[in-house]
Amino acid sequence: MRRFFTLLARELSAFYFSPIAYAVLFFFLILNGLSFWFSLALLSRGPSELTLIQAFFNTLFFWIAYLLVFPVITMRLFAEEFKLGTIETLMTAPVRDWEVVASKYLAALIFYLSMWLPSIFYFLIFSWLGNRSVVGTGAQIWGPYLLLLAMGMFNVSLGCLASSLTSNQIIAAMMGLVLVLGTFFLTMINYIINSSSPLVHDLTAYVAQLDHMESFSRGIIDTRPLVFYPTFALLVLVMTYHVFQYRRWKL
Amino acid sequence: MIKVEQLTKKYAGVTGIDQISFEVGKGEIVGFLGPNGAGKTTTMRILASYMPASSGRATVAGFDVFSESLKARRHLGYLPENVPLYHDMRVNEYLRYRGALKALSGKRLKNRIGVIKELCGLREVGRKKIAGLSKGFRQRVGLAEAMIHEPDLLILDEPTIGLDPNQIRQVRELIKSLGERHTILLSTHILSEVEATCSRVIIINRGRIEASDTPENLVNQLRTSGLLRLEVKSGSEDPIPHLTEISGVREVRPVSNGEWLCFEIRIEANSDPREQIFQLAVRRQWVIRELSKERATLEDAFVELTHTDR
Repeated sequence: MRRFFTLLARELSAFYFSPIAYAVLFFFLILNGLSFWFSLALLSRGPSELTLIQAFFNTLFFWIAYLLVFPVITMRLFAEEFKLGTIETLMTAPVRDWEVVASKYLAALIFYLSMWLPSIFYFLIFSWLGNRSVVGTGAQIWGPYLLLLAMGMFNVSLGCLASSLTSNQIIAAMMGLVLVLGTFFLTMINYIINSSSPLVHDLTAYVAQLDHMESFSRGIIDTRPLVFYPTFALLVLVMTYHVFQYRRWKL
Repeated sequence: MIKVEQLTKKYAGVTGIDQISFEVGKGEIVGFLGPNGAGKTTTMRILASYMPASSGRATVAGFDVFSESLKARRHLGYLPENVPLYHDMRVNEYLRYRGALKALSGKRLKNRIGVIKELCGLREVGRKKIAGLSKGFRQRVGLAEAMIHEPDLLILDEPTIGLDPNQIRQVRELIKSLGERHTILLSTHILSEVEATCSRVIIINRGRIEASDTPENLVNQLRTSGLLRLEVKSGSEDPIPHLTEISGVREVRPVSNGEWLCFEIRIEANSDPREQIFQLAVRRQWVIRELSKERATLEDAFVELTHTDR
């Protein structure tokens, strides 16, 4: 286990000691700020049934920031090791393959989660200065964050898979983006195909991230996505593990 | 320390190494030679458990490199070709990370980093970023990393590539001094380096082992003909017809003209007609200023064993 934490510490420091991370964080916070500002603008227009949380987690800016962040934080993970050749020193040290994959995944997930921390302060400050009931209560607050964790687990694993497939970070980012957006827009099939069968509708409902966020931000905690996303994250990670081994072995 | 049996590696239809077998004993410094693409790096990567072989078996310190890979890896330090390093890390930070990864901790880790930095001459660059280091320093960081956990076996893939002559000498001295405590398998293209450091040489070509012996024995077994140098003053006489008559002389080639004539004389293998040449000169009253036999080098042995258009 000590080896795993050594690897994890290295991956985390690679995130937090790089200027790219702060550039990403900068643009992410701008989008978050815009999202917050628009939700306030929406609520101040007149009486509304929406809470501030609900408005914040359903703006266009929120989704753009949320979706774009995955390829950017995961593209480096494996691609860079292959490009630099450091994979050779890494994998000839006494570490197991799964420890490497898991530490990279976990570091990316932790970085992703830490990016959402500032937004909590928006709500804290607002409820301190303004009206508490406008923000939302109980599950309405922690619900969306719980969902962000579950959906993040899934999308970070997609990014890991993309990064393990290539030595080029740009290609990794593009593939990651396609995978993330591909699953995000999967529900759109129902709009494109007029007479889509109920089966397709039911299946795509599992990855309907928009719908899930809509219900979670209302305070309705649906356990299905909470089981579905982590399970699929694990599946994608197992795929990543095999791709990682395969690429090393065929060299 | 290393035992390789019938090791084969095939890449998508191409055979990288073909049923090679060899052993390296404890305390040996073995040079691994061969032309580019002969299978040196492949063999080293398999020994370092970086990738599995297609068939055959290899053990490091008694542990199978595939089935007991983690145990085998604990006993070896591996320096890959081109020395891959994380450019964003500082030297101290990198050594600490790699040491921890190799199960060192606390006082012992700190101790080892100090010792290894001293040994590799890294004291003054400890706080520098690896991206800003020269090639020579990076090479030394790579070496330091490979032996930070005091492995029994060091596998070094071209440790002196891209270094200047002074640095090559330093690294060579370092490797020599390490040989007292560690077993070393190193690959290189610089043959003088092998002659200077290695107790044994394995020559590999097209995935097969061509020879495995001490550098001296390899040179002595050469089948190629030797070369004599002769510098002589023969007056108006032309010495070439006289010289070619001597048995054992294959070809006489004039190198320079003038009062003193210079010749390169190619002789049959295992013959030494220097005595006859001397007596010829005495008989014809020539004056000899130089008569020497050029020593065959490991380079000749290498070329003979790995020459491709055979």
